[in-house]
Amino acid sequence: MSVHTPPQMSGDHSRNLDALIACPACDALLRDRSVAAGETATCPRCHSVIEAPRRLAMTRILMLAMAGLILMVAAVFFPFLEVSAAGLSQRSTLVDTVRAFSGGLTVPLTYAMAALIVVLPTVRFLALIYVLGPMALGWYPRRFAVPAFRMAEALRPWAMAEVFIVGVAVALVKVAGLAHVAIGPAFWAFVGLVVVTVLKDNFMSRVTVWKTLEARRPA
Amino acid sequence: MNAPVVTARQAGLIGCAQCGKVHRAGAVTCLRCGSDLRPRSAARLQAVWAWLIAGLVVYVPANVYPMLKTSSLGRTTESTILGGVVELMHHGSYGIAGIVFFASIIIPIAKFLAIMFLALSVTRQVRMRHHNRHKLFHVVEFIGRWSMIDVFVVAILASLVQLNFAASIAPGIAAVSFALSVAFTMVSALSFDERLIWDADPVPAE
Repeated sequence: MSVHTPPQMSGDHSRNLDALIACPACDALLRDRSVAAGETATCPRCHSVIEAPRRLAMTRILMLAMAGLILMVAAVFFPFLEVSAAGLSQRSTLVDTVRAFSGGLTVPLTYAMAALIVVLPTVRFLALIYVLGPMALGWYPRRFAVPAFRMAEALRPWAMAEVFIVGVAVALVKVAGLAHVAIGPAFWAFVGLVVVTVLKDNFMSRVTVWKTLEARRPA
Repeated sequence: MNAPVVTARQAGLIGCAQCGKVHRAGAVTCLRCGSDLRPRSAARLQAVWAWLIAGLVVYVPANVYPMLKTSSLGRTTESTILGGVVELMHHGSYGIAGIVFFASIIIPIAKFLAIMFLALSVTRQVRMRHHNRHKLFHVVEFIGRWSMIDVFVVAILASLVQLNFAASIAPGIAAVSFALSVAFTMVSALSFDERLIWDADPVPAE
């Protein structure tokens, strides 16, 4: 583990702001230094991780985002769950789940559900591919890479794929007493999607991405 | 490591909360990531309070009105959030009952209290090891979205269990207000500037 150090306070620090970094969590003013791949730089004051670059992280995030996108397509179009009771059976896809609230006053929730489980995760995957694709290949950043990455980070708490999968587990137990439930291929695609999302977010070091985007900006 | 730490603000500079780039005073937009660099102030806590109160208001109908309407063989039963938990316990699924109870009752209430405490402690100079306050903030930020579990459960049940006469489940209006409550408190936590916690206590922790 390595740590950024506070600058020597001699009054000349304001001359070269590029040599400094402020901890995004607690605003401690630190001397910026390049962090090697595999190292983790933490703030000496609040101990939060500032930078944790990993070897080939950009490529890995890119691959994981693409995998996530493919899994999302499978999760949306294949049957998700199937219940049967008393000779009747009902098959539902992810789209049916989203549309469960489409009656009466619960209509707005339909849109919210679609956004939380399908749209926002997809938008995040696309934004990350758009931003990190050129980075992984060593190209200049795309034209709107900066706003795209800012949006991807802002949407992070709202993409709730992993919360949804726990909800599915709870629902399965609730239904188990009432009817027989069979799990469809879309369920497994969605589980894969959650795993990919978690792995991807672990590889991501926000400050490193921002620094790379800035360094690669065409003059 | 024990050298005195100065914040960017104390040095007359502005640090970007998104990417860490340091700017001269007066900068408005971050040169590296384009984020807004507005200086944090206690006045911005108003947004935190507003969203928090909105979340509290809609949390009331979420608990009073039914979350689920189950019809089975001609009989219709309605259950609230707490009712659903009790029902699960009657079925003997204590683990799942625990998850639902934790996600839809404990987490929201703990979150209301935690955000209130943090917002008050920043302006009232409450004495507390600020490392703990910092941890509390991170827990609140991390855990808030998990309250959505119950809304998802209702959606899945309602889409899945449509077996005509045998059994069918429809969502209740409480699902909407509960989802709103979770969303509002998430916005409240997101509009809380973490750095206010550190500003409240200028003495370094060590």
